[in-house]
Amino acid sequence: MLYREAGQFKTSYAADQSLFPIAQDKWGVVLLLAVALFAVPFMASEYMLSSILIPFLVFSLAAIGLNILTGYCGQLSLGTGGFMACGAFFAYKLTTAFPEVHIVVVFLLSGFGTALVGILFGIPSLRIKGFYLAVATLAAQFFLIWVFNKFGWWTNYSPSGVISAPPREVVPGVVVTGASGTPEAKYVFLLVFVAILALLAKNLVRSRIGRSWMAIRDMDIAAEIIGIRPMFAKLSAFAVSSFFIGIAGALWAFCYTGSVEALAFEINRSFQVLFMIIIGGLGSIMGSFMGAAFIVLLPLVLNNGMLWIDPTISVALVAHIEFMIFGALIVFFLIVEPHGLARLWQLAKEKLRLWPFPY
Amino acid sequence: MRFKSLCVAAAGAALLATAAVQPAAAQEEGQYIPLLVYKSGPYAPNGIPIATGWEDYLKLINERDGGVNGVKLVWEECDTGYNNDRGVECYERLKRPTAAGVQPLSTGITYALIDRATQDKIPLFTSGYGRTSAAYGPVFPYVFSAPLTYWSGADVIVQYIKEQEGGSLDGKKIALVYHDSAYGKEPIPTLERLAEEEGFELFLFPVAHPGLEQKATWLQIGRQVRPDYVAMWGWGVMNSTAVKEAAAVGFPMDRFIGIWWSGSEPDVVPAGADANGYKALSFHAPGEDYPVLQDVVEHVYGGDVEAARENAWGQVLYNRGIFLMAMQVEAIRRAQEIHGEGQVLTGEQIRDGWESLELTEDDLAALGMAGFTKPVKITCEDHEGGGQAFVQQWDGESWNIVSDWYMPNREPLKAAYREDALAYAAEKGITPRECN
Repeated sequence: MLYREAGQFKTSYAADQSLFPIAQDKWGVVLLLAVALFAVPFMASEYMLSSILIPFLVFSLAAIGLNILTGYCGQLSLGTGGFMACGAFFAYKLTTAFPEVHIVVVFLLSGFGTALVGILFGIPSLRIKGFYLAVATLAAQFFLIWVFNKFGWWTNYSPSGVISAPPREVVPGVVVTGASGTPEAKYVFLLVFVAILALLAKNLVRSRIGRSWMAIRDMDIAAEIIGIRPMFAKLSAFAVSSFFIGIAGALWAFCYTGSVEALAFEINRSFQVLFMIIIGGLGSIMGSFMGAAFIVLLPLVLNNGMLWIDPTISVALVAHIEFMIFGALIVFFLIVEPHGLARLWQLAKEKLRLWPFPY
Repeated sequence: MRFKSLCVAAAGAALLATAAVQPAAAQEEGQYIPLLVYKSGPYAPNGIPIATGWEDYLKLINERDGGVNGVKLVWEECDTGYNNDRGVECYERLKRPTAAGVQPLSTGITYALIDRATQDKIPLFTSGYGRTSAAYGPVFPYVFSAPLTYWSGADVIVQYIKEQEGGSLDGKKIALVYHDSAYGKEPIPTLERLAEEEGFELFLFPVAHPGLEQKATWLQIGRQVRPDYVAMWGWGVMNSTAVKEAAAVGFPMDRFIGIWWSGSEPDVVPAGADANGYKALSFHAPGEDYPVLQDVVEHVYGGDVEAARENAWGQVLYNRGIFLMAMQVEAIRRAQEIHGEGQVLTGEQIRDGWESLELTEDDLAALGMAGFTKPVKITCEDHEGGGQAFVQQWDGESWNIVSDWYMPNREPLKAAYREDALAYAAEKGITPRECN
């Protein structure tokens, strides 16, 4: 009844091709962003902002990156952690070598740097496919972490191999990196940054290049026959994906934890992001956000929820129950909806259009 | 289908809604101490005894003395699983202005918390771990690393080996087997410097987390490099694996020396008889014959020694928990002397207590810790406090002290702390404060 596009006529091609063709969708997103931008920073506690929302935004960006490669172009990658590490260490080297360069520029440059690394490790994808490619990207994961661990140059010869984000301002007076930035400032900065990049990704996947990725994903030989160059499509997917993931890594180090060692981006991080897009929905920008929310929030909700119900319960027991419920819920969601949370959302929308008179 | 998907959607929505649930906060009157523990995950066997020691000491102070000058100690726990992100989350969850201080119990988490804790004005007590150069007080006002740092530990190990070798290390080979993380890499600069000074050759063997795969490392050590001594910076399962692999290649155990995090019962018991003779550093005594431990049995376990032993009482890491918490409680006591006895203090005020903390032999005896550890004296400039360490050896049954207490050669170490800390300050744009 409420969610129905009847009566919304498109009178121009631009309106027909708009990002959210249904008015309710458009206003829903605008409203969500407005609440997130203007209400949340004032209402949410420091814990909520710095331990839940900030990592959620960073992971969302990483999930968007991997979704472009795996969800849209069909190239399975286990190198996410390595590419995140690239972004983080590139940004660190750049900003310590050139402190006067604006931090957003540093993040973008580190994203471009990671894109180059991504292209390099994407070259095997021209010859190998599927699980074999996953193993090849696994090599990227281990090699990159080894490089950052092995050579002290990346950490400015820190004795322990830990980099620590120096304070940087996004506009004069507002520090968004390191510990001296307030959680509110970091959150708003991240929200705007991630929203812009998500918009970019959303537009990219429905452009010519995005459609060529999907053609390669659906059937690479057919795509080649209709004139899509696999080399360009695959390498561009690796580049764009690594760009997003690299920026996510830099944001992780600079805006979330504030200090990071190469070990923070080990293979588990790659799996974590891969699970996000599988649970959230392959080939969906929305699903990247949902998957990140599921993986980041659920353990904390379970943990805090159990302690909230009974504060005297042993923390070890809570940690173990958390693992069990989390695992069970992953299995549950994959059985109920193998196409991810994004598909569930889509189904809900279809039901809503018919509600309250389904036929 | 409709009903099912609606149910699923509702469940998802409910989960997201409960995300807004704020962390449980049990507000009680008393000095609040947040405890970051790890009772789950691959490092739990080592994390549990320390956490038990902490809690038992806090209970002891509350039961026996009625708190610190009448201020009861209250605490809340959060399980970090030795995971850095989770550690940060736990810190954010537990932090409050009245938090007496945080012991992250992990070098990685310490690195992530140094800036945050300084910003929040909560003291960070990283005893025998963490960022070594944080012992330089002018740059790190909120970090305390008494009684020793990794660099002092490396120095003590080299001193001990030198003494065993009759006073000269010229031409000797020493290998370092280390956890390939911030923790394990810490001693390398000091060992490299000492290698140059003493004329021994240093070989580095990183071991990837969690350290279950060390066959290749030890084959290389046992068959190719054949060092005179092996030092180890390991934690958790890595330790017992290393001991087993060392035995498998026939490396003599009495020439294998671990840092204080590689010398406890969970590290040697799984290796069985292979571990006999293995050595490790420590900065507090093992065993049960100290008045403070007897008091714990009496006041916390109601005199039931067996129940206490089941909770690792008297084991190395349990005793470490007692030692660590005793330091923290003494810092609170000292802070009360400055800012008002019998009052609940803020983290900022307790920091002042840390900075003027001095424990003499008499103070230690009063705490029931005579002979248990050595005096420390923390000053504005020196947050390490001049502690000492000794070597202990596993005989198959228990850890025994087999050396004198060693005082690390602190002059070059302090210069190195200062240099590293000032580099950090320059990078971060911190102006070091003036001491005195």
